[in-house]
Amino acid sequence: MSMDLSRFHQTFFEESFEGLDSMEAALLRLDPADVDAETINTIFRAAHSIKGGGGTFGFTAVSAFTHLLETLLDQMRSGRRAVVPELVNLLLRSVDAVRELLQAARDGRAANLELIAGHQLALEQALAGPATPAVPTVVVAAGGEPAVAAPNRGWRIRFAPHPGLFRSGNDPLRILRELSGLGQLRSEVELPAPLKLSATVAEESHARWQLELISGASEAEVREAFAWVEDDCELEITALAPVAEARPALTLIQGGRAEAPVAAASAPRWTGPERRGGNEATGSIRVPTDKIDVLINLVGELVITQAMLAQTGAQLDPVANERLLTALAQLDRNTRSLQESVMGIRMLPMDFVFSRFPRMIHDLAGKLGKQVRLETQGADTELDKSVIEKIADPLTHLVRNALDHGIETPEQRRAAGKPEEGVITLAASHRGGNIIIEIVDDGRGLDRERILAKARSQGLEAADTLSDAEVWQLIFAPGFSTAEVITDVSGRGVGMDVVKKNILALNGQVELASQLGRGMRITIRLPLTLAILDGMSIAVGNEVFIVPLAAVVESLQARPDDVKTIGHSSRVVRVRNELVPLIDLHELVRLPGGAVGEHNLCILIESEGRKLALGVDELLGQQQVVVKSLESNYRRVPYMSGATILGDGRVALILDAAELVRRTQPAIAA
Amino acid sequence: MSLRILAVDDSASMRQMVAFTLQAAGFEVAEAEDGAVALDLAQKEKFKLVLADVNMPNMDGLTLVKQLRTLPDYKFTPLLMLTTESTPEKKAEGKAAGATGWLVKPFNPEQLIATIRKVIG
Amino acid sequence: MDTAATEARKITAAADSRSDIAAGREYLTFTLGAEEYGVDILKVQEIRGYDAVTRIPDAPDFIKGVINLRGTIVPVVDMRLKFKLGKAEYNEFTVMIILNIARRVVGMVVDGVSDVLQLTAEQIRPAPEFGGAVNTRYITGLGALDQRMLILVDIEKLMSGADMALMDAQAQSLQ
Repeated sequence: MSMDLSRFHQTFFEESFEGLDSMEAALLRLDPADVDAETINTIFRAAHSIKGGGGTFGFTAVSAFTHLLETLLDQMRSGRRAVVPELVNLLLRSVDAVRELLQAARDGRAANLELIAGHQLALEQALAGPATPAVPTVVVAAGGEPAVAAPNRGWRIRFAPHPGLFRSGNDPLRILRELSGLGQLRSEVELPAPLKLSATVAEESHARWQLELISGASEAEVREAFAWVEDDCELEITALAPVAEARPALTLIQGGRAEAPVAAASAPRWTGPERRGGNEATGSIRVPTDKIDVLINLVGELVITQAMLAQTGAQLDPVANERLLTALAQLDRNTRSLQESVMGIRMLPMDFVFSRFPRMIHDLAGKLGKQVRLETQGADTELDKSVIEKIADPLTHLVRNALDHGIETPEQRRAAGKPEEGVITLAASHRGGNIIIEIVDDGRGLDRERILAKARSQGLEAADTLSDAEVWQLIFAPGFSTAEVITDVSGRGVGMDVVKKNILALNGQVELASQLGRGMRITIRLPLTLAILDGMSIAVGNEVFIVPLAAVVESLQARPDDVKTIGHSSRVVRVRNELVPLIDLHELVRLPGGAVGEHNLCILIESEGRKLALGVDELLGQQQVVVKSLESNYRRVPYMSGATILGDGRVALILDAAELVRRTQPAIAA
Repeated sequence: MSLRILAVDDSASMRQMVAFTLQAAGFEVAEAEDGAVALDLAQKEKFKLVLADVNMPNMDGLTLVKQLRTLPDYKFTPLLMLTTESTPEKKAEGKAAGATGWLVKPFNPEQLIATIRKVIG
Repeated sequence: MDTAATEARKITAAADSRSDIAAGREYLTFTLGAEEYGVDILKVQEIRGYDAVTRIPDAPDFIKGVINLRGTIVPVVDMRLKFKLGKAEYNEFTVMIILNIARRVVGMVVDGVSDVLQLTAEQIRPAPEFGGAVNTRYITGLGALDQRMLILVDIEKLMSGADMALMDAQAQSLQ
């Protein structure tokens, strides 16, 4: 039987990555001054499982590397090797190496061998270190059998089990069966004279065997059959003389039914209480994400169908169709709750991302010579998996920045009258339909003058009259960096613009607050899910577009004298005391149909603190829409973040408020 | 009569592999993710054979084997250890605990079936 | 579909990557103006009528827009506009071939769909040095069948090309 083991790979990778995470968490918890045995045990077990699985599923690089890790851990576990910070760091780095090996194996690419080899060498050196007697990794052949495999006629075997052999669940007949699989077996059994087939005797083994195995099998192969009982028997194996001897006196006992002690092993199956399949204690199951995505898509379709039905139903006579309309209302409620429940499946706790930071901060703080404590709040706040995955990198960058640029060295902090240990706080919470993530540090804060000077030196327009909030936005400009020393920690001025872009791509927003010398707070606001959006549908000519409701400030009917043309073609509209740039959607999307600016109907949108008025033909209403990607079969479309399917089955494009505001007002200064 | 086997391992992939392999070979399999769960299951149903990993949280494989051997139903039942340790002292430990034998990881499905058949035909 | 047929299709699909081997395959034939074209049937997902299309800003004229194909957003290309052939009319007879290429779904409007043909190696001649509306880069050969002359198009290559403007540059480089 040959079996494709790849079906188990997914589970293996998942559990191994989880195992690495728990190793990492436990290693960080490990206090060399007060070593907790259970913590080391946890780390050991995780390594052990990865090694075992790696070997079984054919990832030999993983198992070979993890073996070194496991050996070291085993020494620490048994107290043969002291737990010192250097070793903990080595283990942490090794965890990274195993992760790299696993990722490479999962993605079917070559692993970063340089990284692996470096760590492997370090581990081998550590293992060879003086604290421990050398650990034999060579498998010592049990029983020390001679490696002679000379071809001969076969083997004479004297096998005398100790009386307690059965108590280990072993059965001499099993061994005889196995031997007969190697060749032709003749056996002769000797029973002690006073044997009585009483129950007490049945629990003990009293027979002895003289065996002759006619076979080309090596002695090692023969011994292998006795491997489990070596210590429970007397065993002599000698080669048979090469000349065939006629031994008619020997009796062939096949299956050995003459023997009583078989009873225990072949007792009828106990028909007890009902079976239990699997484990009742586990309240969760593992489901591949693509299955969930199919479910979400189907629910999305259902929502659309339901909307179509509702639309049709609204045109019916409410009296004549009362029962149908009641049923439709019921369908509406059920669809909504189904949608909510299904979306909930994809939700993961923020801890999914937060948990990577203790390690990162531990490593970085050490490298930078800083003392930092990480505090997290609301780690159990749930967020859509796709959002979580995409927010991880921007968050990492921001935390790194806070540590590198925000938190001062212990000396600087002491001089500033602050505790030597800085604090970085990560907090997540639900607010309205949004998730708010905050990164707060008690470091030096942003320096307004330095940012302005830096911006000007890089050719950015930056007037002294800019508000603080506007100055802080400057650090999101491409290529901007205020670090005096470029460190290898947070890069060379690339980053903040990318961070912002990533957050905007999630329909999110980012805000900064800072106080010089006191610290800084970055607030990220994200929608709960990317898959569903509250939108306002608007008509432009014959086309329908969706504007994310989160970006809509108000809609207004501009009077002709409120609209002014500036320069060649730029127009602004007066909204109370504010002049807001005005863009006619007709011009923007350049679609035929409808006259430009005929009605002066505008919707005011806001993003990144900037406003824009969009001229539209008609407001159609508000609705929840299921966001579909344009890029999966087509390409990115300017000013559009995606598409959706309307109640009538038609496709409507979703406007990208952030891009609209940005592209229509390129200058930073207001 | 189908033969029920209890597979005990804290690694889900290992359990899946063992269960799938044994089921494909016509056995029935119950799974447990540690020794404590396994012991609980074994007290409710008499399994024909128990396959247990050594290193597990809550109750390790050696303790499980020791505990099982104290149960009348498991006095002679084959109890196999799944282990990555192939060193003699580990085997001796297993034997001392009452294990019938061992299967050294990594093993492939063919080896697993061969070993199981060896024990319960 | 029975297993043997599935197997056969798999084998054909496996040979797919080698575009020089164009024999023994089935082709869906369609007309554009006066010319008759053939595309690998394995790339064709379905054939349907022309639907209400949602137009896309900033797209070339031959990209008619996007449609809702059972919940996914699929772009529609009018080949008549792209190759300036035939009359780009849209009525109840207008047909669209839904293609599955490079793991993407694309709708293609043509003048008409004729039939499915099997061509043997002997029936296929090398592509001409210069030819009709479609760049010879995308032509794998000419199929001769009775009086008919089929232009065999590597539709995947054609649709993935930069001038079709159907993919982002990044997606193109991945092909």
